[in-house]
Amino acid sequence: MTVPAAAVPLLSVEDLSVEFQTRDGVVRALEDVAFTVARGETVGLVGESGSGKSVSALAILGILHPAARITSGRAVFGGLDLIAASETQREEYRGRELSMIFQNPRTALNPIRTVGRQIEDVLVRHANLGRARVRARALELLAQVQIADPARAWGAYPFELSGGMCQRVMIALAVACSPALLIADEPTTGLDVTTQAAILELIEDLARRSQMATVLITHDLALVGERCDRIVVMHAGHVVETAPTLELFRAPRHPYTARLIASTPRAGARLADLAPIPGGVPDLRGVLPPCRYRLRCERAAPACDEPPLPRQQIARGHLVACRFPS
Amino acid sequence: MIALLRHGRYVVGENPVTGAAFALLLVLLFFALFGVWIAPYDPLATDAAQTLQPPSRAHWFGTDQVGRDVLSRMIVATRLDLVIAVSAVALSFVLGSAAGACAGFFGGWTERLVSRLTDTIMAFPLFVLAMAIVAALGNTVANIVYATAIINLPFYARMARAETNVRRDAGFVEAARLAGNGPGRVLAFHVFPNCLPPMMVQVSLNLGWAILNAAALSFIGLGVRPPTPEWGIMVADGAAFMVSGEWWVSLFPGLALMLAVFCFNLLGDGLRDLIDPRRRT
Amino acid sequence: MVRSPLLRMIGRRLLAAAPGLIGVVVVTFLLNRALPGDPAAFFAGPAATQQAIAEIRTKLGLDRSLPEQFALYVRDLARGDLGHSLTTGQPVTADLLARLPASLELTLCGLVLAVSVALPLGILAATRPGSWIDHLARLLTTAGVSLPIFFTGLVLVYVFYYLLGWAPAPLGRLDAFSTPPRPVTRMFLIDSVLAGDGALFWATARQMILPAVTLALFAMAPIARMTRAAMLGVLASDFVRTARAAGLSRHTVMVTYALRNALLPVITLLGMVFSFLLGANVVVEKVFAWPGIGSYALEALIASDYAPVQGFVLAMASLYVLLNLLIDVLYGVIDARVRIET
Repeated sequence: MTVPAAAVPLLSVEDLSVEFQTRDGVVRALEDVAFTVARGETVGLVGESGSGKSVSALAILGILHPAARITSGRAVFGGLDLIAASETQREEYRGRELSMIFQNPRTALNPIRTVGRQIEDVLVRHANLGRARVRARALELLAQVQIADPARAWGAYPFELSGGMCQRVMIALAVACSPALLIADEPTTGLDVTTQAAILELIEDLARRSQMATVLITHDLALVGERCDRIVVMHAGHVVETAPTLELFRAPRHPYTARLIASTPRAGARLADLAPIPGGVPDLRGVLPPCRYRLRCERAAPACDEPPLPRQQIARGHLVACRFPS
Repeated sequence: MIALLRHGRYVVGENPVTGAAFALLLVLLFFALFGVWIAPYDPLATDAAQTLQPPSRAHWFGTDQVGRDVLSRMIVATRLDLVIAVSAVALSFVLGSAAGACAGFFGGWTERLVSRLTDTIMAFPLFVLAMAIVAALGNTVANIVYATAIINLPFYARMARAETNVRRDAGFVEAARLAGNGPGRVLAFHVFPNCLPPMMVQVSLNLGWAILNAAALSFIGLGVRPPTPEWGIMVADGAAFMVSGEWWVSLFPGLALMLAVFCFNLLGDGLRDLIDPRRRT
Repeated sequence: MVRSPLLRMIGRRLLAAAPGLIGVVVVTFLLNRALPGDPAAFFAGPAATQQAIAEIRTKLGLDRSLPEQFALYVRDLARGDLGHSLTTGQPVTADLLARLPASLELTLCGLVLAVSVALPLGILAATRPGSWIDHLARLLTTAGVSLPIFFTGLVLVYVFYYLLGWAPAPLGRLDAFSTPPRPVTRMFLIDSVLAGDGALFWATARQMILPAVTLALFAMAPIARMTRAAMLGVLASDFVRTARAAGLSRHTVMVTYALRNALLPVITLLGMVFSFLLGANVVVEKVFAWPGIGSYALEALIASDYAPVQGFVLAMASLYVLLNLLIDVLYGVIDARVRIET
């Protein structure tokens, strides 16, 4: 899990803001989100449901819902700002240089197309291989994601495979062209515990072998604690804290991070030891205070109502968005 | 009740089209009830001197080939068409949903029997079946009603069966059973009333279709016989003249048909929004 | 044992269609028996004696028990004997076969026209929500389901024939000056092409336009509405999102991933559309004096000649069962979930 000493990050997200047009008004789903991913690094993106983790990933790839609008920001990947780029350029990058896997793998695959064909669709699109070579490569990939009997899986439809196998197929689709970055959006939700571990092991394995960077999106802090080099904590569309894993757990500076850690189940702790976070994610419509954690925060003070929300660099690689970090 | 009315007013306010449809329904009902008295001329009175007159101040919608006033006939026809449609749909709804509810609730032989019946009806192109029924039973208005009712049965049976099936194992049903109600009472007084709202949407949409069906049957010569004023048969009467340019004999009854069907379809959509806003397209 | 899942599925569907056909035969038999009046007296004529009527009744088998009559009925059906038409004097089967191509040609043209307009309209309305195409599609679907088909036909005749003079008089399949082409399929459009007669092809097409458009307008509304709804649903689905995330080309995503899945409910809908079309056929044939089986049945009905009517109902119902079978098979070809028994 060592971080290579490359100076230029592989992916650099800056000031990303996304709005949704809904019948009840404008929802400011993301505001000034920023984080980086270095080559070969594993970054965990954590937060409650509705914190904007998935929206960030979809915005980077350019596959947001049509009602969404990116109002500002850059996502510089390998020198190209994906947000400012044309759709044609993005289509070239997606699936080849950076890819994404989703939760609920069963519904995330085309139900009326065999799994093998779907992998071949990606290969035909991005890799310049002949027809015969494409088929062989698809089988190779199915073996690489540890599917027993790749030949049989190749001709199977998603409904004939288990959830775990479908997720492996999705991973095969995603790594088919050896991308430099893989974004995994809650890849283990809906799978049983043993399969969860196996899938995460598989991703880690593949990442290590080809120096692929990974962004692991989850609400499970324990998971990112085990598997990630760095953690980005999000709350209500803001990035509240970014730090290397050990440092985050040892010394969380943002009040939300601290409470998140305290409420995470861990071995040896009793249920009564876990402290839930009061309140809920604020309504993202209408006018919001500069710090969106304000109403749930025990350290809130009148100064917190004054814009802008400060982003302080506490230590190397450790950023906090708080006026009163601990 | 008050809450429903308030919600209703909100929906109508939100969607003025539904409000317009409702107003149109009231107009239709008015003509159906009082048409006979407000029609300017006797709908059956012929006038050999005034045949095929275009719309004028004396005859707002013109006259037909035997000199009858088109407007009067149109107004009076409202009652017949609405009565046919409403009775057909009512009959269909009562029988179909009863059968479907029993099938969904009791399962077993009841379900198999009702399924066989609906499948048999649906094995026919529905209008053709209606034609066959009217041809077999005789050319009367009552038979048009029966035929239209029969071909609509499957929709209600299937819907009732599905809705009952979903609710069969719900908590409140269990409670009713434990309170000592026999299965019949549970079905009739607890399960079925809950199935009603979505079925009301179907009823409204069906009314439009029933009117079209009855009119089409009359158009091809089945059911209503001349000189009874009915929209479909009026269009049939005027069909030959449409080709030679006397458009008013067919056009006005046709427009009346269109408006009535449109009204019921919009009401059905409005009802659907009222009951389940998630399904709004 | 047949190993191909597709063939096994077709077999299953055939078996499933059998009860439908049986039901159709039973119902038409029962309807026949419910006919008003005494057929024997009708056949014998107004001046017949009681004895003559009784003889005819025996000859027709009307004095036997109901199950026996049903057995006779089925036996006749199996031989292709649908009785005789009193008005034409021909066997009903022969009449129907002679007039069926006209109806089929018209219905097929109407359907092809409807699909070729409604599908693109629905797709465009879904991919460009809020645009003028979307509004047009919604207008069409709301209006289309409210229009009485005989009314649309008449209005079209009035506007395009009487007012504008663009369309020919609604007098049937050909105008007074043309002769039918050499009968191969008995469908004039195809036969005129086979005979290489361009002028005849256009003459036929001109006569066909208005009735085909009338039928098409009727079928367009539900197809466009379903296509739009299905497309909207599919475009928002998880697997389309995956396809886009994998950088697949817009064409692949639209056609291979989105459209194929969206077509499934549309195909299912086609069954209902056929039901309406086959019924609407009768009405359109009356408006445009089209010599198909619909007008054949209507003419017979007016003359109280019931054998053709019965034959017509049987023919239409059988056709409908066959069409539904084809639709089921088509669905199974596209969607593996119904093809493969898990």
